[in-house]
Amino acid sequence: MNCIIIDDEATARAIIAQLCSNIPSLNILEEFPNAIQAIKYLNQNEVDLIFLDIHMPDFTGFDFIQTLKNPPKIILTTSDAQFAIEAFEYDCIVDYLVKPIALPRFEKAIKKAESFVSTTSADADNDKVETTSGNDLYVNIDRRLIKIDIPSIYLIEAKGDYIHVKTEDKNYTVHSTLKKIEEKLPNDLFLKIHRSYVINVQKIIDIEDNSVLIKKDVIPVSRSNRPELMKRLNLL
Amino acid sequence: MEHPNLSYINELSGGDEAFKNKLITIIKKEFPEEKDVYFKNFKAKNFKASAENVHKLKHKISILGLEESYKIAEDFEDNLKESNVSGYETFNEILQNITDYLETL
Repeated sequence: MNCIIIDDEATARAIIAQLCSNIPSLNILEEFPNAIQAIKYLNQNEVDLIFLDIHMPDFTGFDFIQTLKNPPKIILTTSDAQFAIEAFEYDCIVDYLVKPIALPRFEKAIKKAESFVSTTSADADNDKVETTSGNDLYVNIDRRLIKIDIPSIYLIEAKGDYIHVKTEDKNYTVHSTLKKIEEKLPNDLFLKIHRSYVINVQKIIDIEDNSVLIKKDVIPVSRSNRPELMKRLNLL
Repeated sequence: MEHPNLSYINELSGGDEAFKNKLITIIKKEFPEEKDVYFKNFKAKNFKASAENVHKLKHKISILGLEESYKIAEDFEDNLKESNVSGYETFNEILQNITDYLETL
């Protein structure tokens, strides 16, 4: 994987470069002390993976990600664990490493990056819900059929021409519709609770008024779908 | 006060003396620069910027194995974010501890 390192701290860049040198599949193309220089580079070069510091003057790591149209895989590096939740809002973020980074943890992050399915919007043009086989659902992402374990899906969200499929391990963006994926999922496990959301009812944590907490997501329940949801619950 | 050490750097270098020396050289150059910027911002009562500086310095503190000092720095960083200078003296002692140690390398 071709990588770049973005960190305003020279010490951190040297450490990440050293960690990368332990992994033959990694090739560091460039190092940048700020995000602006990296953006210019990315406009003209393709990279597979970015090691990105969150805390940088003027332009934070999250600001940087938002400027990228088709972000590559990103591993965040930071001295703070407090941004972890925000990090998982971004599909391109593979892992979150807290400094000082030890080699075993770094190797684990790279393994995740290597198996990570890129879900950029460019890829999504070719994405379609394809077929099911037993407990598996296959989706076409970037001309590859990716297997998703159906029971691990906890939420599907419709957004325009795409659906976001959220599972225990990964999130996928697929060019498809909620209706189409609903047809591929077992009715006893999945339920449409809103025009934009299908949930795995077994993953519900709690229900409050007109919303459902599922994992960390609070999902609205529409008035018309609420009776069916209540029917599914084993109420005391 | 706990003493800085090179355990993390040694582990990271895996016996690569060239890398170890390179990293120490970078730290010896970068640490005083970061420290100066921190003092400058603190004296100008720019506490938000000082908190950012402390955040950066925390990495050096952790690299040098100063676990207790790291916690102190974390609290100080949080205080500075609220324009509270509590912990200033203790944090300065940590910086001095590192400065003294780097001079021995």
